[in-house]
Amino acid sequence: MSDLRSGSNLEKVLKAGHFAFTGECGPPKGANLEHLKEKFMPLKDIVDAVNITDNQTAVVRMSSWAASTILIQNGLEPNFQMVCRDRNRLAIQSDILGVYAMGVRNMLCLSGDHQSFGNHPQAKNVYDIDSMQLIALVKKMRDEGKFMNDEEIDGPPRLFIGAASNPFADPFEFRVYRLAMKIAAGADFIQTQCIYNMKKFREFMKMAVDMGLHEKCHILAGVTPMKSVGMAQYMAKSVPGMDVPEALIQRLRDAGKGKVAEEGIKFAIEQIEEFKEMEGVAGVHLMAIEWEHRVPEIAERAGMLPRPKI
Amino acid sequence: MIVANPKPISEILDMIKDLKKILILGCKGCVTVCNVGGAKEVGILASTLKIARIKGGNPVDITERTLERQCDPEYIAQVKDIVHDFDGVISMACGVGPQFLSEAYPKQRFFPAVDTTFFGGAVQHGIWAERCAGCGTCIIHYFDGMCPIARCSKSLMNGPCGGSAGGKCEISKDVDCIWDMIVRKKMEQGRLDDLVRFKPSKDWRTARDGGPRRSIREELVI
Ligand code: SF4
Ligand code: SF4
Repeated sequence: MSDLRSGSNLEKVLKAGHFAFTGECGPPKGANLEHLKEKFMPLKDIVDAVNITDNQTAVVRMSSWAASTILIQNGLEPNFQMVCRDRNRLAIQSDILGVYAMGVRNMLCLSGDHQSFGNHPQAKNVYDIDSMQLIALVKKMRDEGKFMNDEEIDGPPRLFIGAASNPFADPFEFRVYRLAMKIAAGADFIQTQCIYNMKKFREFMKMAVDMGLHEKCHILAGVTPMKSVGMAQYMAKSVPGMDVPEALIQRLRDAGKGKVAEEGIKFAIEQIEEFKEMEGVAGVHLMAIEWEHRVPEIAERAGMLPRPKI
Repeated sequence: MIVANPKPISEILDMIKDLKKILILGCKGCVTVCNVGGAKEVGILASTLKIARIKGGNPVDITERTLERQCDPEYIAQVKDIVHDFDGVISMACGVGPQFLSEAYPKQRFFPAVDTTFFGGAVQHGIWAERCAGCGTCIIHYFDGMCPIARCSKSLMNGPCGGSAGGKCEISKDVDCIWDMIVRKKMEQGRLDDLVRFKPSKDWRTARDGGPRRSIREELVI
């Protein structure tokens, strides 16, 4: 374990060859600490790290760096998310130094949803750099100890670098190459978009494995349990780059009144069971949106507990 | 060309509500081509304003003129004898026009009649689309002549993002994803290597981010 890049729990779990399990928490629309705690405390000791979203869907929320430090104070490991939408390269680099100084060890580099989705569509669109360049920047800061402009950093941030991959966006044939680009740029781990189309994901993973990408990077499969037929229909129709097969929507419908949520959880558990066996998949990233309190039960039923202590 | 949209009449009426005698100045450049500020539109705006002001019991006297261009001091000089005969001047040129006019005639007041939008062209009759953001360092040779700076909603240099679906951008089904086009063309032509090459971040100093810009061509400076 001498070659740890960040020493984060997530890194240790993955490098020890365990099947990793990460969760997610969206900070509240306000400074309500109790509300934030309500969301992340159910994840304590249940997941290896918790993604803290950064103004997700372009809606203003408590900053991801602040919420990340609050997790640390409460004994959880955050996976600090950063999007390129809201910060230029000065703010990006200073926030990276800041979170590292506060104890953050995992960081997920994202482009971010366009601000037109959110509650401040009037905002200026920054995108000084893109997610690929952000990955390369965090790697440079960590491995070379240099800022983007090549100046020396006094105390380089040693972060475990994450990136996202959406196997279901178009053009499908290019997606695995874009994943390869993110790995080449410096991603240590990948969390995928929520998977519903298992057939397509198997195809994607086969390509990734054929290219040897799973040997260069830890790939975590994204799972979001469906709570209702309405949610499934909304995701199918209104979320760009999301692939929800009609058969799944029908399965939820067939579950009947009052039983849809349970069916959604059952499907998620079946998925997790399959991912455990799927070549190239190193773990699961469970995004239980506004359903954090159900995570312990899902983890238990999916055989993900207890989490390894390293 | 520079593309513009007409401003709402109510907004123009509000700008000039206290003025009795105005000059409307059209431009025969880009705004004529995109049907927003040429001689024809000057005529239409003049009659619309006159009618509205008569209705409101506050008639206005309007003179119409259209210059060759409003981005050139030589043509701006053509109104020097009349420009001060008015309470105010409405320019129907792009945002450059009212400014060149203001610089040439500091005592007069100038008002824009159009909202200047982008550098682009007509993609079909009556529809114009953006093609360039004037970033000052053109890089579209990397993308087969397609510009992700102006045409990707996130100006990604290493796209496409995870929101690209069915050839459309995540922001709207009415917006094409330029990265989808770039990827498809390169893949069809078997130039994947080219596509997967990491594109480093852009130096935005040559864009508006570096402050207001000037182009100096020494050989032409007298
Ligand atoms: S790269 Fe810059 S100059 Fe070239 S088309 Fe795009 S915005 Fe215009
Ligand atoms: S969908 Fe395409 S055009 Fe829109 S932001 Fe993503 S890559 Fe850019």
